[in-house]
Amino acid sequence: MEYDIVIGLEVHAELKTNSKVFCSCKNQFGSAPNTNCCPVCIGLPGALPVLNKKAVELVIKAGLAIGGEINEEAIFERKNYFYPDLSKAYQISQLVKPICVGGHLKVGNREVQINRIHLEEDAGKLTHSGESGLTMVDYNRGGVPLMELVTEPDIHSAEEAVEFLTNLRSILVFADVAECKMEQGGMRCDVNVSIKPKGSEKLGNRTEMKNLNSFKSVERAIKYEVERQAEVLDKGGVVTQETRKWDDDAGISYAMRKKETSQDYRYFPDPDLLSVHISREKVAEIKKTLPLMPHELKEKYIAEFGLTEYEADIITREKKTIAYFEEASSICNQPKQVSNWLLTDVLAKAKESDGEILLSAKELGLLIKLIADGKVNRAVAKEIFAKVWAGEGDVQSLAQKLGGSVDEGQLAGMIDDVIAQNPKAVADYHASEEKDKLIKWFVGQVMKVSRGKANPTQAEQLIKQKLN
Amino acid sequence: MEYNTLSLLEHVDLVKTGKVTSEELTKYYISKCKEMEKYNAVLEIFDDATSNAKAMDEKIKNGFKGALAGIPVIIKDNILYKGKKCTCSSKFLENYVAQYNATVVEKLLDAGAIIIGRANMDEFAMGSSTENSAFGVTHNAVNFDCVAGGSSGGSAVAVAGGMCPLSLGTDTGGSVRQPCAINGIVGIKPTYGRVSRYGVIAFASSLEQVGPMTKTVKDNAYALQVLAGHSKFDETSSNREVPSYIEEIEKPIAGLKICVLKEVEEAVKGLDTEKSYRNTKQILSSLGAEIVEMSMPDFSLSLPCYYVIAPAEATSNLGRFDGIKYSRRSENAKNVDEIYTKSRTEGFGDEVKRRIMLGNFVLSSGFFDAYYNKAKAVQQKLKDSAKEIFEKCDAILLPTTAGGAFKIGAKTDPVSMYKEDLFTIIANILGVPAITLPAGKTEDNMPLGVQILGREFDEATVYRIANAIEGERRKA
Repeated sequence: MEYDIVIGLEVHAELKTNSKVFCSCKNQFGSAPNTNCCPVCIGLPGALPVLNKKAVELVIKAGLAIGGEINEEAIFERKNYFYPDLSKAYQISQLVKPICVGGHLKVGNREVQINRIHLEEDAGKLTHSGESGLTMVDYNRGGVPLMELVTEPDIHSAEEAVEFLTNLRSILVFADVAECKMEQGGMRCDVNVSIKPKGSEKLGNRTEMKNLNSFKSVERAIKYEVERQAEVLDKGGVVTQETRKWDDDAGISYAMRKKETSQDYRYFPDPDLLSVHISREKVAEIKKTLPLMPHELKEKYIAEFGLTEYEADIITREKKTIAYFEEASSICNQPKQVSNWLLTDVLAKAKESDGEILLSAKELGLLIKLIADGKVNRAVAKEIFAKVWAGEGDVQSLAQKLGGSVDEGQLAGMIDDVIAQNPKAVADYHASEEKDKLIKWFVGQVMKVSRGKANPTQAEQLIKQKLN
Repeated sequence: MEYNTLSLLEHVDLVKTGKVTSEELTKYYISKCKEMEKYNAVLEIFDDATSNAKAMDEKIKNGFKGALAGIPVIIKDNILYKGKKCTCSSKFLENYVAQYNATVVEKLLDAGAIIIGRANMDEFAMGSSTENSAFGVTHNAVNFDCVAGGSSGGSAVAVAGGMCPLSLGTDTGGSVRQPCAINGIVGIKPTYGRVSRYGVIAFASSLEQVGPMTKTVKDNAYALQVLAGHSKFDETSSNREVPSYIEEIEKPIAGLKICVLKEVEEAVKGLDTEKSYRNTKQILSSLGAEIVEMSMPDFSLSLPCYYVIAPAEATSNLGRFDGIKYSRRSENAKNVDEIYTKSRTEGFGDEVKRRIMLGNFVLSSGFFDAYYNKAKAVQQKLKDSAKEIFEKCDAILLPTTAGGAFKIGAKTDPVSMYKEDLFTIIANILGVPAITLPAGKTEDNMPLGVQILGREFDEATVYRIANAIEGERRKA
């Protein structure tokens, strides 16, 4: 039987704040265990949370970036459960009134609908030592601000899910909301999957897979799950509503616990925290700080700068490429040229140096400006580019050495010499019907004499004047 | 000299004028604590109290002028004092040592107070008799066979029994006021948010406040002045400026409108407290205050409302006592689930377990709307009717308890114990300030109190009225 696939995602991203969400401990990855901790985040008796406003602002920013609505009042609730990495035995989260509701994100030609984004605190981390049988707890991550974005069940393939995540990550990184370092657990994803007979309106039973920490495992886990569910239904069975654990090494998932017996988190408003009032002025203020998002930039580059879809797509994929492109363009005012150089020279060359760009955007902008001003020609420019990349000087000084300009007087003299030394060519020119072709020959000669320093356009004009 | 017959303000004056040193006072009160040991009001006398007092005497000599310079103070055993044990009178925290100071402790220390010990209480502040302490019952200061009240029973007996001139309690549903009333002293539950809760081991976060316990109303106002104010570690503590509580305390109360509740007028009939309640009404009238009878139709619902909200918050607040990070971990636990279940089963007393179960029940899915949300709705209704009352009146007069202290062991049924707080809970539900002060005696000569409730953050008026009543009673 053929099935429609229905996928919903819950994406967690650690917010880029200096301190934790309810205390002033550092929000920092990689510190020695239990060093970024205080009475609040290790849950000592008597300690109280105090909200970090910056974290709220970042969630508002994320919400605006996906076109969500920012609630005027947001409240924090306690999600109660026991686990050793959860120091207070409750996680401060949001259920009834999150900071952001609604929103959408473009995937392919479709808008995937988003349900909400809320703010919560991360838990600590457990390390199980196989040998000693001991479990160690590190509360450094406990209290790190997390945004959780929940989509509607509006994604229909593993590929779409991955594209959604890719686009979301680029938006969050670009808006400076989160760094989304997957390898550090900075972005994690829970996946809800169900299938239904093609065309059917009724949603099937769903399963949930928690804490997938790479796009690849999201894709594989979804594909595996879709196949597994299809097999169950094909055999006339019923998909069990349950939480499953994805084993990335084995490439399979297995049931963790059934939904029917799932934990009751006993959510209720956290009496230690005031409700958060978000003024419309504040929202407007944050909106102003929001840069154009990659997909918006892409459209702008195509429409205003005449870039091809392909060029615009490559440039807007990475935050640093966008920044590079923008900076270089602002210097030379030749975005199309910047795009050419960026795609053919800079990125190609960067591949040889582990992705590192060894010529600054400023330098590239300058180089393109020199070409446009006729100060260097393309061949010299390429030479300068290579030398700067290799660390053998900067654009300005190399241009003076290798390029530099031939002034008008010098140029006139060179042309006079070429004309005087080639009477036959002059005669051919006057007799020819295809004067434009022959003029190129003269330009070539002038370039040769000037060792490439002459401006070919300028030379052509002057040769025409002199011959006619 | 028997210092414990003096008021707090007189102590302050004696130290200020150099008539007594902090060391002398501290030694005196420590010896009183030891003399009264059988009352089991004080769980521990801090061994550095005398040396701290000596150091304070030096500071005073050098010009230090803190409001409580050199004054011995006892704190309830749920308030964190860095380096000292803080147990909430629970086996679970039997050996727990505070890692930081509560804001109120910081404020006491900044004012120059000498914290000499910690007082017994009902375990995790759950109870109205201090019979729920894991470390034994506290005895009433007036009648040894009777309960001290609770949950701040130890703190109340410490003041009433002359073991210190000032103690701190916490009041979640009457835990400062009820023991004060039945031991014959003065105690206030300030407006919610007036005093920071940072460093106070939480029972029901949305209801509780720290309150001073003293012999006189003026002493109390003086002490609250030290404790009140915003803390950056507590969002729920208010930014509002703290007015001077002493400045207008002597101002006559003629012309003030004081509300008596129709429902309470009915409820007190035949109770031991009736006489002192009606006497107080007379006193207020004789001082020119206008008594206005108004209605709060849902008054009696404040009790069930409280017994939904408080356990709900408590069950969550007590989750952190899981045996993972600090304090008790069962020696019989073989895996993580057993660490939780066995440590908590062994560490918590029956009343605490009862409230944890109650709280989990009212929060659980399927019951949340019927209990927790309904209780919150009732709370809102009560607040609405209080708002109406306070638009017309400056304060509300209530008895503090139905009767005097009962015999130790007399109340075994939890619900009858819960009813001890019938008249006190309303102030916690409303978040308004409420003071109790002595108002008479039962036929058995046991102390009784009355309460004055005021508008939010209007402790000044509450003190003013209480001071006027106290003044009249002293004349009589």
